Amino acid sequence: MSVLPDTSVDLTAVARQLRRHVVRMSHEGRAPHLGSSLSCIDILVAAYWDTLKIDPASPDDPDRDRFILSKGHAAAALYATLAERGFFPSEELAEYNCAGSRFPEQPSPGAVPGVEAATGSLGHGLSLGLGMALAARIQNRSYRVMAVVSDGECNEGTVWEAAMFAAAQQLDNVAVVVDYNRWQATGRSEEIMAIDPMIDKWKAFGWATASVDGHDIDRLVEQFNQLPLQSGRPSAIVARTTKGKGISFMEDDNNWHYRIPNEDELQAALAELDGDSDA
Amino acid sequence: MRNAFAKQLTALGEQDERIVLLSGDIGNRMFDDFKQRCPGRFFNCGIAEGNMMSMAAGLAMSGMRPVVYTITPFVTTRCLEQIRVDVCYHRVPVVIMGVGGGLAYASLGATHHSCEDIGFLRLLPNMAVVCPGDAVETRAALKAAIACEHGVYVRLGKKGEPEVHSGDIDFELGKAIVLAKGKQVTLVSTGNMLPVAVEAADLLQADGIEAGVASMHTVKPLDTGFLNQAFASCEVVVTVEEHSAIGGLGGAVAEWLSEQEVAGAKLLRIGTADHFLHEAGNQQHARECYQIDAASIVERILSLESRL
Repeated sequence: MSVLPDTSVDLTAVARQLRRHVVRMSHEGRAPHLGSSLSCIDILVAAYWDTLKIDPASPDDPDRDRFILSKGHAAAALYATLAERGFFPSEELAEYNCAGSRFPEQPSPGAVPGVEAATGSLGHGLSLGLGMALAARIQNRSYRVMAVVSDGECNEGTVWEAAMFAAAQQLDNVAVVVDYNRWQATGRSEEIMAIDPMIDKWKAFGWATASVDGHDIDRLVEQFNQLPLQSGRPSAIVARTTKGKGISFMEDDNNWHYRIPNEDELQAALAELDGDSDA
Repeated sequence: MRNAFAKQLTALGEQDERIVLLSGDIGNRMFDDFKQRCPGRFFNCGIAEGNMMSMAAGLAMSGMRPVVYTITPFVTTRCLEQIRVDVCYHRVPVVIMGVGGGLAYASLGATHHSCEDIGFLRLLPNMAVVCPGDAVETRAALKAAIACEHGVYVRLGKKGEPEVHSGDIDFELGKAIVLAKGKQVTLVSTGNMLPVAVEAADLLQADGIEAGVASMHTVKPLDTGFLNQAFASCEVVVTVEEHSAIGGLGGAVAEWLSEQEVAGAKLLRIGTADHFLHEAGNQQHARECYQIDAASIVERILSLESRL
């Protein structure tokens, strides 16, 4: 049932295209959280263009892999991914955040093919994923579950409830990817809550762990294809990322958590992304 | 009620492989039979209700019929956000079972009382609220809840409640069961107050007042057809619940009544007052403190005598 994309596709070019989409979507849809979307794009590319067993023509296949963007505020990145991956025409991205469209700033349930869950309230996605993973075990299905959480999201207690439960149940069909950009809405993550050392926390909770450059698509693919990192344990991949990645004047500048690019900034951002493609 | 629930769930689980039971580290030994007859479909989710409720939604999204069970305040208000977002917003079939609704755990103190849960869950779209009146209704309610395509909250008492119904009942979600029609007073009870309502009706009868009783096991959706009849056919309609008079069955009936054209019977809401209990005592003691025991209910009704 799985339809893998064309392996000859240049995944860095795909990532650039997704970044073009999200910058435009933020500008045209007047929607914040651009920095958060740019942060997780390479993770989405590695998952959707290589690892996940999914078929855009059968988004409800009971045997599909489940991908949950638990950090729902980066929904623009998910919409762009699903569009470029063939779940719906990319022209529809122009409807993002438009009144009456099926693309709210954070996904609603069942509206867009390929969106597994309505996220936005943090600390839900991993637990939803555990339910899906338990169902796979009960129904004897081989699909895998991947949930992307933000480091700020790991402030939520339910993330750690889920961590303890998954390890106790030896749910090795589950992977969490932490988009570890070290910023949350209003400040440095480690200054607001003692989230570091992130990887040691997951290890202590009984998960098999790996740390990877979250913008190196080849390395991400390599890690994802090793899942489960250890048999009998859930896997946690801490992806070291940069908020606002790909646009020089947005990188690691937390103003872009809320800020929306104006026309000049949009053009400057697109020029940078086009410049990259010539390189 | 809880033993009736466990037995019925096991019977249903044997027939329907989609049924999966999630427990919040309670029900010691109670589910041994389920575990044996439905292997691989019981999970002790620990004392982590938020994760448990979201997992239930994830299971439901994947074709399962999860039943989530723990003490009422912890399976309702403790994880209200997960119920709202993951169960209701996604409109998935999760059955939420609260044991010890109202004052059933009176002696454990107000942390374990639950006199607000009907109100909280009634507010949520895609959520039905069902409060069985005895073990017979519990069995029927569970079967009906599992057949629903959306969330259902089933509020149980604890154990050892008197059985009001003898034998099979005609049970339908959203349809009140009339036990006895009353010309002057109709007691409309929800949940574990049903035996108390029956006792109060008997006391009223002894006083020469024709009192009827109905079990309004479903608070949402509200059986407005029954209410229309009740308000048209007697002098006083009394809602009876082990829950705050704000927001529960009485609240729901008052909301409905406020939009009716014809002034019918007077509404009297029997429920807990707007304060926590701070003293020790069992369920009967707590009911007396809140004046929702049978004698207090009768007294409240008789004080409306000018109306009768």
